[in-house]
Amino acid sequence: MKDIRLMKGNEALAEGVIRAGCDGYFGYPITPQSEILEYLMANNTKERTGMIVLQAESEIASIHMVYGGAAAGKRVITSSSSPGISLMQEGISFMAGTELPCLLVNVVRGGPGLGTIQPSQSDYFQAVKGGGHGDYKMIVLAPASVQEMYDFAKLGFDLAFKHRIQVMILSDGAIGQMMEKVELDEQIPRLADAEIVKKYPWATTGKTPDRERNIITSLDLNPVKQEIINQNLQKKFKHIQETEVRFERFMCDDAEYLFVAYGSSARICQKAVMLGRARGIKVGLLRPITLFPFPTNELARLAKQVKGMQAIEMSAGQMVEDVRLSVNGAVPVEHYGRLGGIIPAPDEVLNVLEQNFIHSKKEKRYEPATY
Amino acid sequence: MSQLLTSEEICQPENMVYHRTCLLTDAALSYCPGCGHGTAHRLIMETIEEMNLQADTIGVAPVGCSVLAYDFMDIDMQQAAHGRAPAVATGIKRLYPDKFVFTYQGDGDLAAIGTGETIHACNRGENITIFFVNNGIYGMTGGQMAPTTLPGMKTATSPFGRDTATMGYPLKITELIANLPGTYYVTRQAVHTPASVRKAKKAIEKAIQYQKLNKGLCFVEIVSNCNSGWKMTPLESNKWMEENMFPFYPLGDIKVPK
Ligand SMILES: Cc1ncc(C[n+]2csc(CCOP(=O)(O)OP(=O)(O)O)c2C)c(N)n1
Ligand code: SF4
Ligand SMILES: [Mg+2]
Repeated sequence: MKDIRLMKGNEALAEGVIRAGCDGYFGYPITPQSEILEYLMANNTKERTGMIVLQAESEIASIHMVYGGAAAGKRVITSSSSPGISLMQEGISFMAGTELPCLLVNVVRGGPGLGTIQPSQSDYFQAVKGGGHGDYKMIVLAPASVQEMYDFAKLGFDLAFKHRIQVMILSDGAIGQMMEKVELDEQIPRLADAEIVKKYPWATTGKTPDRERNIITSLDLNPVKQEIINQNLQKKFKHIQETEVRFERFMCDDAEYLFVAYGSSARICQKAVMLGRARGIKVGLLRPITLFPFPTNELARLAKQVKGMQAIEMSAGQMVEDVRLSVNGAVPVEHYGRLGGIIPAPDEVLNVLEQNFIHSKKEKRYEPATY
Repeated sequence: MSQLLTSEEICQPENMVYHRTCLLTDAALSYCPGCGHGTAHRLIMETIEEMNLQADTIGVAPVGCSVLAYDFMDIDMQQAAHGRAPAVATGIKRLYPDKFVFTYQGDGDLAAIGTGETIHACNRGENITIFFVNNGIYGMTGGQMAPTTLPGMKTATSPFGRDTATMGYPLKITELIANLPGTYYVTRQAVHTPASVRKAKKAIEKAIQYQKLNKGLCFVEIVSNCNSGWKMTPLESNKWMEENMFPFYPLGDIKVPK
């Protein structure tokens, strides 16, 4: 029988993490994602699966605890929201430099600064373009439902270990806080220490006589070697761009106009597509599921088909830059965003699309009421 | 024919009274001649060898002159960001409670940028061992003022001497963490004379043994010289250390198990 439950996004993610065979969670409370740590603590994971859960003294400590665990071959995770993720950038960069697998969750709230606890998508650049110092990328998954909050825990760990890379689930306060039904899978058992030694020969598990010592470091002062290290990283990112793109097409087959949106905004655009179709507009939605790697080729294909693309984000226009790079001027791309924790409404975004692409250019372009 | 023995004749097993522990690699130490870091490395690795812990040990190297500790120590090691070694070690130890996990850190690493990680790892009573090499200066970056720099002491960033009115006081982090219930064994040692080396070795042995008992955090400070940063010869630096550092940072056990 299927195990179906009504859960909050943050709780579904926490349950997904446990069931994905996670070994350790290290985190620090911050709204709107504290339920993740609370849920894990309340679930007595130590008894359930042997998973360790630790409340750290800061997000800086959390990410470096994750570094320690990951460097020893364990499946480890931390979660936070925007200000906390900013603090973690040092550790994320060190994990990029040492190619350590881990799962990171950002339940985004509005910024800059302390900003607001309301949902936002204004951390796209930070997540997708690097965030910390150095030339690196993470795989970024954007869930648009509570089910995906759950599913992406396992997917995230699998991708992290497949490519020895950091995977970030870029969610937002709306997806984290809303309740929906979730279908749960069987528990995946945690790896035994002996299995880790076999599966991850690079991990620092204690030097045995049968192998050289394992060293996890991002330091190499020889520029020739350091360039090779960086080139190899870039090769890996290119391979990921070629093999791991995920997206969802919604009513795209006959679309003349296209919404491009991820996460919460994609949910709104999905409604807007239905509204538009009822008004006789052939509109579709392309929802990037991986933000890195971005569905560049799919957008380039769609650019040959549609008359215009309307990016919708709860930001001042971040993802839209990747949309424009993808279509490379082949079709007009407009941005519309709400800021500060305001979620746009379906008719609002549909009106924007109509104003931008369908109504005569002489008419006044749509101006948002408040900005 | 010379009466002198050749080096081949001298280097015979029956003549061997002291040798490099097999847990130090062949790599030439990157430390300045006369620096205490090398001796501290040797003592720790020798103890791990004697306790037969190589396969159970995971070490964490800091940012500082000892950033390359993993080049010299023949064990599995992780290099941590500046000051974060206690958090990194926490992550390892929580997931591998049966391994021997240690950090090796300088004073800038442990008592300035990493103060938060140090205090909270100590306060949680993490079952890890911290080796803390206090030379009162930032050796690696060229001799700037450290949290442990003595009042009046000249460094690259306190060229007229540390003025406590504007630069604050040296931080006695070891006394501070000894007050926390999470620490089990806290001691301050030196490695500049044969006698101090013998005492430091005993302290290191205890700090490793106690970790097995899961009683809490063990902390071994080693007050050491930085002859380059202090702009002295190795001999001068050791004398200066005895006359100036030891009165402020007195050697001996600060917290011992009851
Ligand atoms: C985040 C960050 N800030 C600053 C530095 C530069 N830095 C490298 S080592 C060091 C000081 C190390 O001093 P200490 O810990 O006392 O070690 P020592 O070299 O004296 O053994 C500093 C400031 C760095 N690597 N990372
Ligand atoms: S700079 Fe100082 S601490 Fe660093 S190796 Fe030289 S003497 Fe030792
Ligand atoms: Mg120092």
